[in-house]
Amino acid sequence: MLRLEKRPSPSGFWQATTPILAVALTMIAGGLMFAALGKNPFEAIRTIFWDPLFHEQFASYSRPQLLVKAGPLILIAIGLSLGFRAGIWNIGAEGQYIMGALAGAGVGLAFYPAQHWYIFPLMVIAGALGGWAWAMIPAILRTKFNTNEILVSLLLVYVAQNMLASMSIGMMRNPEGGGFPGSRNLSQYPSAANPELIAGTGMHWGVIAAFMAVIAAYILLQRHILGFQIKLAGQAPRAARFAGVNPTALVVMCMGISGALAGLAGMFEVSGPAGQISIDFNVGYGFTAIIVAFLGRLNPIGILLAGLLMALTYIGGELAQFMLGLPAAAIQAFQGMLLFFLLAVDLLTNYRVRIGTRKEAI
Amino acid sequence: MFGGIDPTLLLAALIVASVPIILAAIGELVVERAGVLNLGVEGMMIMGAVCGFIAAVETGNPVLGFVGGAAGGAALSLIFAVLTQFLLANQVATGLALTLFGLGLSSLLGQSYVGIKPPLTGDVPLGPLADLPFLGKVLFSHDWVVYLSVASVAAVWWVLRSTRTGLILRAVGESHDAAHALGYKVRRIRVLAIMFGGAMAGLGGAYISLVRVPQWTDGITSGAGWIALAIVVFASWRPWRALLGAYLFGGITVLQLNLQAAGARIPVEYLSSAPYLITILVLVIMSSGKGKAALNAPASLGQNFHASR
Repeated sequence: MLRLEKRPSPSGFWQATTPILAVALTMIAGGLMFAALGKNPFEAIRTIFWDPLFHEQFASYSRPQLLVKAGPLILIAIGLSLGFRAGIWNIGAEGQYIMGALAGAGVGLAFYPAQHWYIFPLMVIAGALGGWAWAMIPAILRTKFNTNEILVSLLLVYVAQNMLASMSIGMMRNPEGGGFPGSRNLSQYPSAANPELIAGTGMHWGVIAAFMAVIAAYILLQRHILGFQIKLAGQAPRAARFAGVNPTALVVMCMGISGALAGLAGMFEVSGPAGQISIDFNVGYGFTAIIVAFLGRLNPIGILLAGLLMALTYIGGELAQFMLGLPAAAIQAFQGMLLFFLLAVDLLTNYRVRIGTRKEAI
Repeated sequence: MFGGIDPTLLLAALIVASVPIILAAIGELVVERAGVLNLGVEGMMIMGAVCGFIAAVETGNPVLGFVGGAAGGAALSLIFAVLTQFLLANQVATGLALTLFGLGLSSLLGQSYVGIKPPLTGDVPLGPLADLPFLGKVLFSHDWVVYLSVASVAAVWWVLRSTRTGLILRAVGESHDAAHALGYKVRRIRVLAIMFGGAMAGLGGAYISLVRVPQWTDGITSGAGWIALAIVVFASWRPWRALLGAYLFGGITVLQLNLQAAGARIPVEYLSSAPYLITILVLVIMSSGKGKAALNAPASLGQNFHASR
């Protein structure tokens, strides 16, 4: 008989090992899924995880894409992880990402075609504020009216999507676009563009912001009182209240930071890789970032690595779609599977698996 | 502004529009009454939608389609049950994973079914009742799933209120430790409740792909699962209130669609946002006022149970 015994404190060894174990298990289960789809599983796994980086023909294109895709994922996941640690569930990052992009692009488009050095910085601020404001809706509803922030933040994603559609065919539509939906291309407007900073690396301002967020979050959690309060509120809510943690302030802070970071990610995306506001601008980074946050064990360094790995599955997925005809949805299911396995093997961190029945404790 | 809208058709459409939400919400209500918070309703619904669609197209029988939908939803919920009940994973995170996985898997399964018409689910022949002036159109010319949805609300209400099964289920939801001490199998009861919730969500999803739309496209449920979750909170975990909430929501959906069709001067995007915004508004009203809704929540909601002895 297998029996679970709670560990006095989470195991450090398993905390570091479980993400790797989960990735390995996902590869096996994913391989089975690919085999069921009639593809060679080994070839599929190699195409997803190896070829984007080392294939002699495609690597030169796909390697820079790694940072382009990882940037927004890491930026959003860092913000989410702070809230998740404190038991504050902002799952509407996708909506905040859209609103940040709309706010940032709106500022940029308002200045068009003027050339000033301050346009891009203003867009950055607007992007952060856009995401922040959208996240403040669930934050304030939770603190003032005790409304569940999970449901509100998620429902607002659909509202943001409608707003995006409305903007791309209405107010922000390119007047010279021949009536097609979509805004002017910001990446071709030098004062508002977020270009590749070092040719061939995919590094743009959003990636730099993501790295800065990782460092800032690390310092916050290790050295700052707010980081301590976040961890305390998550692990022992009652103790946190006695220690003088203000739960209202904590909700507003965590939601605000995650919203602002998601907004920034959206703004950097619209002015750089995506280039314009269009109906299909959002591609689910806000939801994938939830997986990234958990895969990185809500730890900044872990999120950095998880973000890169997740970006790899995106690029590898595109490559597999192109080379093996693997459907795009298979990658989405694959990413979902990863989260399942991660949550499953997490058991080993908090519990010991014992064989046999318990001896009488005296 | 309301010129081109016929109230009879509006009410009849309202009843049809709320069916998926009622089914999913009543399933989730039972799950939450057993003390489990499954946020994967959206994922289970869309799995039900795709499985039901495939089953109906392959067999040519819409009833088997609904059976397939329920089976698909229940199968996905089983993953949730194993992860949360046996592997003690965080319920919020697992529910989200269920939704992300369900969205991916459903679009994978449904790829070759895009653009096909499913077999028709006909109205139940109620004879002379359907010919009544107003009431006939509103109440007595619907398909069988509409009546099933109302019947399931009544059944869940009765079971929770006046049967032993309902009492045990509620006990498990209020205090799993006490229920365990009394010798009830907390885990088994919760797994069964989760599977019931999954089957009901799957049924609701199948109704979307087989009757409401009716065809298969990716992301067909478009947030219906999340709205069902909100309706459960709105209902303060009471079955009849869930029915009311679903009709309220269905009414808003139908009204905004009609306004779009009637060419109201409100932009389409704002009208399409209305159901979500009003759901949020209702949530706020329900949860404020000294946390009335929160007081009704099952006490063990969302907490994992690990028998330490």
